[in-house]
Amino acid sequence: MIIEILYIVLRFVLLMAIQVLVLNNVQLGGIINPFLYVMFLLTLPIQLPKLLLLAIAFVTGLTVDVFQNTMGMHAAACLLMAYLRPGWLKMIAPRDGYETDASPGIRKFGLRWFIVYCSVMLLIHHILLFNIEMFRFSEFFNTLTRAILSSLVTLVLIVISQYLTSKPTDRNLS
Amino acid sequence: MRLLFLLLWRNNFTLLFVVLQSFCIYLVVQNNKFQHASVLNATNAGVTKVMEGVSYVKEYVHLRDNNQLLATENAALRNTLNSSMYVSDTVKVDVNDSIGKQQYTYVTAKVINNSVSMRNNYLTLNKGSLDGIHPEMGVICGSGVVGIVQQVSDHYCTVMSLLHTKSRVSAMIRRNGFFGSLTWNGDDPREAVLSEIDKTVPVQKGDTIVTTEYSAVFPAGVMIGVVKEAKLNPGSNFHAITIGLSTKFDNLSYVYIIENLLKNEQRNLEATTVQSNEQ
Repeated sequence: MIIEILYIVLRFVLLMAIQVLVLNNVQLGGIINPFLYVMFLLTLPIQLPKLLLLAIAFVTGLTVDVFQNTMGMHAAACLLMAYLRPGWLKMIAPRDGYETDASPGIRKFGLRWFIVYCSVMLLIHHILLFNIEMFRFSEFFNTLTRAILSSLVTLVLIVISQYLTSKPTDRNLS
Repeated sequence: MRLLFLLLWRNNFTLLFVVLQSFCIYLVVQNNKFQHASVLNATNAGVTKVMEGVSYVKEYVHLRDNNQLLATENAALRNTLNSSMYVSDTVKVDVNDSIGKQQYTYVTAKVINNSVSMRNNYLTLNKGSLDGIHPEMGVICGSGVVGIVQQVSDHYCTVMSLLHTKSRVSAMIRRNGFFGSLTWNGDDPREAVLSEIDKTVPVQKGDTIVTTEYSAVFPAGVMIGVVKEAKLNPGSNFHAITIGLSTKFDNLSYVYIIENLLKNEQRNLEATTVQSNEQ
């Protein structure tokens, strides 16, 4: 249990470092910003108390905000995502439900399930984030394209890092 | 009443979400209203330390580009030296130095934080009030205009980039001297819009756009960019001019902060003139 918490804290620090030090300086074509740090929220344990999930999401978003100089924007997007996460997980649950200590992962649930799970969550996060940043509805479709493109890039990054970091034996164990 | 509490307690998840979300919205709105508050954030010590580390690495990445930029700039400066001028020994008229007093001084500064992808972009530089920097000083780089200093702390200052929806810079067409105002439309960090140029003024693709002295922020003639497209919208009295900016905002690392020593004199004179005419 303690080890698991340590792992989560370590993942938080690592993903934040990558986001703040590297990815915030990456602009593909001037409009696409990958937000890999969202992966931290996506891979939290499924049975995590909901209130704790919200609190963690808020802190995560605020940390990114401080470094990006966008007070509140990432926090708001993360919160909405965390709010909708339990419901969405319930909707796409496997027939026999989740195990008590499972976390969403590509090895455990397979590529297809993981992409379905992540893409919806990422779209929610990115669309809200980009719209708050623009703060006007007159360019909604322009913003929407940016959000969708950015979510795609983030999704690819998340899938790659999942393959790089998770142990291949996880699936056999379950 | 008990029922109400029961209802709230049962939906504590939604309740916490709503509370936190409204706090976020409050943060966002407050920041949009008072840009200063958000900008001050970037000058806080802990965050700037980290940013300095990042820019230290970025500097090496862009070393080649910057060397080239410096070399071209040096060449341009050498061209303006007296020794490279042809001096006729019969008549010598020195127009620029007739006052014999320096008007602009330049301070170099390092960019330690920068963004181009947002709608309102800011830069953070490593010079502050202890180096004689104060708000409303112009910032340029070797290839063109960068922005205007907005907030100053002891060791750092933040700059409202040209890529800011509220930035307005007075600009003119170098070929014929007609001036308008330059704004950014918020999309492409390589383009800006020049407005208020009358439709009778001839504008061609490729015309050079430079700064004017009117705002007392930049010296006249600093490069801004080149006309990419000039359209005449039916029913409008002005050209719609798109400009390709000469400054590459995404790899800035060293810039110059400009102080206009005569700015207060110019501003005060202008203010008193307006006042005396209104009375």
